[in-house]
Amino acid sequence: MSDPAIRVEGLAKSYGETAALASVSFAVERGEMFGLIGPDGAGKTTLMRILTSLIDADRGEAWVLGHPVAAEAARVREIIGYMPQQFSLYSDLTVAENIRFFADLFGVSKEARVARTEELLDFSRLRPFVKRRAGALSGGMKQKLALSCALIHTPQVLVLDEPTTGVDPASRRDFWDMLERLRAQGVTILVSTPYMNEASLCRHMVFIHKGKILASGSVGEIAALFSGTVFSVEGPNLQAISARLRNTVEPELVRILGDAVQVLALGERRGDVGALLETMRQGGIVSDSREIPPGVEDTFVSLMRE
Amino acid sequence: MNEHSVVVKDLAKHFGDFVAVDHISFEVRAGEIFGLLGANGAGKTTTIRMLTGLLRPSSGGGTVGGWDINTQFEMIKRSIGYMSQKFSLYNDLTVKENLQFFGGVYGLSRRRVEERTAELNEALGLEEWLDRRTAALPLGFKQRLALGAAILHKPSIIFLDEPTSGVDPIARRRFWELINALAADGVTIIVTTHYMEEAEYCNRLCVMHAAKIVSLGSPAELKERHGAHSIEDVFIQLVRGA
Repeated sequence: MSDPAIRVEGLAKSYGETAALASVSFAVERGEMFGLIGPDGAGKTTLMRILTSLIDADRGEAWVLGHPVAAEAARVREIIGYMPQQFSLYSDLTVAENIRFFADLFGVSKEARVARTEELLDFSRLRPFVKRRAGALSGGMKQKLALSCALIHTPQVLVLDEPTTGVDPASRRDFWDMLERLRAQGVTILVSTPYMNEASLCRHMVFIHKGKILASGSVGEIAALFSGTVFSVEGPNLQAISARLRNTVEPELVRILGDAVQVLALGERRGDVGALLETMRQGGIVSDSREIPPGVEDTFVSLMRE
Repeated sequence: MNEHSVVVKDLAKHFGDFVAVDHISFEVRAGEIFGLLGANGAGKTTTIRMLTGLLRPSSGGGTVGGWDINTQFEMIKRSIGYMSQKFSLYNDLTVKENLQFFGGVYGLSRRRVEERTAELNEALGLEEWLDRRTAALPLGFKQRLALGAAILHKPSIIFLDEPTSGVDPIARRRFWELINALAADGVTIIVTTHYMEEAEYCNRLCVMHAAKIVSLGSPAELKERHGAHSIEDVFIQLVRGA
C-alpha cells in the first residue's frame, strides 16, 4: 500500500478569534484531480498554505507522499508545486525570463531547466509569446505562465489556489484541459474553486465552508446527499410566484432566474410545495412546473443549512 | 410600460487601427436584467465604458435613461449606479462612513444619506453593522454594502460587474433577491460577468466576441439556438467558433 498523495488529519488553524480551519481531515489518492470547493473565507487558502509548509497548523497533521509536512518541510517543497491565488509573476520580465527565474529559485540544473522549459512552452502553448513581457499577456495566458512556473521543478503533487478566478470561461476551460493532461501524466492535483460548476471536473472533492467539511466524495456521491426536490416554475409574473413560494419555504430556497423560478423543496417539504404549485397552476399564476435534477449549488445550499 | 431604458445603435469604438466595438445594436427594457458576456478583449468593457459616459463612441450612439451617450454623459453619470466585485469601499471606514462618502460623491446631503440608509437598512440587512469597520464585514455583507453605496442616489440603471463572485450560494441568493426587487420596481440592471452562476439570473444575455454581438436572447433561447445544455457551453461554442 503506498501512501496517499496528500493526507490531512484533524487540521485546525485560528487567527485570533476566527477559526479558519476546524479539524479538517481527508485524503487525496495519487494521480487524481481533487477539488476543494467552497466560497471565499471557507478556509481553502489556509489549508493550502499549511500543506505547502508556509504556515503551521495549530493542531493536526499533514502528509505529502508520506512525508510529514511540519517535520520535512524542505522535502515537501521539492515534491510539491504551488500556485497561490495571487501568483507573482514579474510583469517586466518576459515569459522566458519568468520561467528562468523560477527555475533558479527551485535550484533546477541548467540542463534540466532547458529541457523542462521546452516541454512547458509546448504544453502551455506559450511558445509564440516567449519574448513577450508577462505584464502584456491576457489574463488566461498569465494563468498558463503561472502554472508553467509552478511546474518548473517537475513536482509530483500540484496545489492550485483558485487558478481560474477572474478568467473568462473559454480560457478557464483551456486551463482545466491543461490540468487534465497533467493528471493523465500522473501528477496529483489539489485545486480549489469557489465556482460550484467546476466541481464536476474533479474526481473527488470536499465541500468546505467556514473551516468545516460539509461533504466529501465524488460528484455523484455528493449529489446523493441532496434530499429533496428542485422545481423549475414558469408563469407570466415570476416575482408573484416567488413571493407566494417564499411564504411557504425559507426565502433563500427560492430564486428568480432569467426565465423561471427555482424552488428547493428540502426533505419533507416536497408535498407542501407540490400542492402550492398545483394551486397556483389552477389559479393561472403558474403556467408550467417540473422537477429538475439538483445542481451542485443546490446540494451545497442544503448542506449549509444542516 | 416597456419603455427602453438603454438603446444602442450601430455603436462603434476604435483605438487607432484596433476595433474594440464593431457596430453593435441592442435595446434593454426598463426593469430588465441584462447580461453582457464575452471573453477578455471581446469589447464588453469598452461597451460599458461608453454606456456609463466614461468614453466617447467613434461612431453610432445611443441613449441611457433617455440621455444621449455622445453628448449628455454628465447626466448619464448622475443617473446610473455602478458596483464592481473589486469594491471601491474604504476598508478603514465604518459602514456608515462609507455610505456618507459615496453619498457625497453623488452630491447627496448628509441628511439625505441618513434617510436613504434608513430606507435601505431592512433590505440590505446592514443595520447592526453600521458602526463597524468595513474590513470586519463578511464578504456577503460587503457586497450588499457596495450595492447600497451604488443605489443611494436612486439610479434608474445599475451596472454590476461580477457582483457576487466568490460568495457562498446562500449569500448569492440573498443578493439577487435584492436585485430582483429593484428590477421589479423598474430599475434596469446590466450585468457583466465571467460566471454562469451569475449569468443565469439574467432575463436576456448578450454574448460578444471579437467586438461584435454573436448571440442575444433569454438563457433558454440561447441554449436552444446553440443546442447546448448550459450557458457556459453556449459561450464556448460561440467564442471558439465551433
